[in-house]
Amino acid sequence: MADVLQQVVSGIASGGVYALLALAIVLIYRSTGVVNFAQGEMAMFSTFICWELLDRGLPYWVAFFLTLAISFVGGVLIERLLIQTVSRSQAITVVTVTIGLLILLNGAAAWIWKGEQRTLESPFPSDTFDVGGVVIAAQDLGIIAVSLALVLVLWAFFQRTRVGLALRAAALNPESSRLHGVRVSRMLALGWGLAAVLGAVAGILVAPTQGSFDQNLMLPVLIFAFAAAVLGGLDSPLGAVVGGVVLGVVLNLVGAYVDFFADLRLPAALFLILGILLLRPNGLFGRSVVKRV
Amino acid sequence: MTAFRYALRALGFALFVAIVVFLPFRLSDFRASEFALIGIYFIAILGLNVLTGYTGVISLGHGAFMALGAYTTAILVTDHGMRDIWTIPLAGLLAAAAGAAFGLPALRLSGPYLALATFGVAVATPIVIKKFDGLTGGSGGINLFEADGITGLPEFLVTLPGGKVLSFNDWLYYLTWTIALVLFAVAWAIHHSRFGRSLRAIRDNEIAASASGVWLASHKTLAFSISAFYAGVAGSLLAISAFSVQPGAFPVERSIALLVGLAVGGLGSLAPLAAGAAFLVFLPQWAQDISKAPGVPAVIYGAVLIVLMIVLPMGVGGLLRRITGPLTSRLYPRS
Amino acid sequence: MPLLELEDVDARYGAVQALHGISLDVDERQVVSVLGANGAGKTTTLRAISGTVRRSGGLRFDGKALPRSPEAVARLGIAHVPEGRGTFAELSVDENLRLGAYVRRDRSGYASDYEALLKHFPWLAERRDQQAGTLSGGEQQMLALARAFMARPRLILVDEPSLGLAPLIVKQLFDVLRAWIDEHGMSALVVEQNANVALEHSERGYVLEVGRVAVEGTADELRGNESVRKSYLGY
Repeated sequence: MADVLQQVVSGIASGGVYALLALAIVLIYRSTGVVNFAQGEMAMFSTFICWELLDRGLPYWVAFFLTLAISFVGGVLIERLLIQTVSRSQAITVVTVTIGLLILLNGAAAWIWKGEQRTLESPFPSDTFDVGGVVIAAQDLGIIAVSLALVLVLWAFFQRTRVGLALRAAALNPESSRLHGVRVSRMLALGWGLAAVLGAVAGILVAPTQGSFDQNLMLPVLIFAFAAAVLGGLDSPLGAVVGGVVLGVVLNLVGAYVDFFADLRLPAALFLILGILLLRPNGLFGRSVVKRV
Repeated sequence: MTAFRYALRALGFALFVAIVVFLPFRLSDFRASEFALIGIYFIAILGLNVLTGYTGVISLGHGAFMALGAYTTAILVTDHGMRDIWTIPLAGLLAAAAGAAFGLPALRLSGPYLALATFGVAVATPIVIKKFDGLTGGSGGINLFEADGITGLPEFLVTLPGGKVLSFNDWLYYLTWTIALVLFAVAWAIHHSRFGRSLRAIRDNEIAASASGVWLASHKTLAFSISAFYAGVAGSLLAISAFSVQPGAFPVERSIALLVGLAVGGLGSLAPLAAGAAFLVFLPQWAQDISKAPGVPAVIYGAVLIVLMIVLPMGVGGLLRRITGPLTSRLYPRS
Repeated sequence: MPLLELEDVDARYGAVQALHGISLDVDERQVVSVLGANGAGKTTTLRAISGTVRRSGGLRFDGKALPRSPEAVARLGIAHVPEGRGTFAELSVDENLRLGAYVRRDRSGYASDYEALLKHFPWLAERRDQQAGTLSGGEQQMLALARAFMARPRLILVDEPSLGLAPLIVKQLFDVLRAWIDEHGMSALVVEQNANVALEHSERGYVLEVGRVAVEGTADELRGNESVRKSYLGY
């Protein structure tokens, strides 16, 4: 039993990372209607930037927040320069642009940092706590805490601030929003900036857990994040968080206890999600859009 | 369509065929194998176009059908001693069946959900292949070198009129492009058929199409199945040309590449899709020629792809349509 | 000087020209109606003002040229209640109202305006947290009007407020509009198919035909005009 709880806790921690990236994907999908295949690579690039800042001697939290700021700007620039330009094109064109961005960022990271393995320090101590027989790593608790804090801050932003409301409105009904003075294109750029920040945090949290990382850090995480976003519903931020955590826990438990599925974790998870989609084609919390002709 | 336009298109097609037939005479052996690969991608992209270009469904998973086709051929040739060319239609049919089986439930999902579901299939493919190693030979894959059923080997060297000695790569080239041209003609026929029109109606306005009596589920599934057939054939040819199959040959990148090739070629076009296939084969090489430093070829590839999509959002086909539009008032309907 | 002045305005949807040289004006504290058949260009006129359609010609608000983007027009103090109401269906009633107040600089004024609003739409208080999409057609129209009021605009553009609503509700709507104008010094340009109701509550009106102004005058003049009566008033 203690064993199971351990797996659950570390599953929640890895799920937290998936949730953050899934939240980024959902944020962008909701506001701009784009599935951003480059989300993971943007996060990876931010992680490298953090590494670079730390390597140059900046204290951890300075590097952390500076990276977030840089990532925000990066997200805004990508939206303004690339996405806006193709926003009127057909879906396949926009998807291909994000794919091109994925390839470009991966290559750029390999080029700049020479494709070598790097290590990112963790801000959390490596202690473990014994809580009634269950061994919990401080690392996992830290990841859960940061993820939770970020989700709450974001929630407060969207639900309680004027700009957050404007962003939501711009995503739901851009035409009407304009009539109310909302600068919709700025809101979209803001959405991409915030998503980039979410991704950056996800990357910075996950990198230390891998031991060392290179430009391929986020590719598996991206896949799990997509799975989580689809599971929860592509237009549901709550779904992204729930989906991420559930996925993290389920993957951990399956990987630990079901032998046959040990190396089939990923396909098993995907199969499960496909099954759920058959029952709920818009994910657990997604809305089905009523189309008017 | 007027007789004039028919004549124009027949002429264009004849020109295309002529180029295909005589190209190996001008190419080195290595280039012939490259062009064979272009032919393989051309087939797969033609198929993907039937799905995406006509119904609007975006699939990021057709590499899985290529894998299915490839492994079908590999297993039939090595374990059952079949001749390689007869396995090609079988690979296609098996892939088509898989496409129908997947499509029927999956097509209930809407755009991005379906795209991500297919993406999941593409991701899972190499893993699943490795897991069922009894059948697939696991990570090592299957080797076709020693098999009896391989046509076109040096034993069968043929000398064509004109003095050209047919090497294996030339054989591959002609095999691939003959099939490609046949399937191209089929795609063209589909485009002009009632079925094709119904598909385009679905793409343009699903609800209206449904209200006019187009049975959505069967049409979309059939389109999915046809696209899977093409991918299966392409995969089969891939196995034959590479003499082997392994899970590593079908990573997610392969599926994504097909979509990229379609976007570059131009959604809804036919012949220009060959340009998309050429892009897939030549651009990575060209990028490598510029610099082999780690990551730089990818940066070049990604940058070119992005710029291409910004400048030509409708692909090469779109560009051709814009240029020839005033001349021939639309050879292909606007997507 | 009129609050809003349109001089020889053209507007087009792509290749189709919808307005041909429209000229009209609205003074302070005035309700002006725009009447006409379907397709006459009434909605397009409002869109031309709010910047949601491409237009050319002289458009002046308070003597200064109108900006091109809808956001900028809204910030000048022009509120457009569009055809279809523009309800943010997934947001709550309260959030819809807050969105209406988005352009305001005085956050404190929001509370007192909200109180004033409740006098006219008392039901808003109970439905604060209800999803706006679940409101009835009439309620959504009133919400749309309320959203516009919350912006404290100097000019409100209302597109077919009576569409699909029962006569009693329509009367309520126009009464509220008139009351708010009298209380807060606003002007209104109202597009209406129901010419009777519109003229009853306006000082002046314009009748559009095929993208041009066919007749203009005070409400009384229009009611007295025989062809207007026959074509649009039904008697």
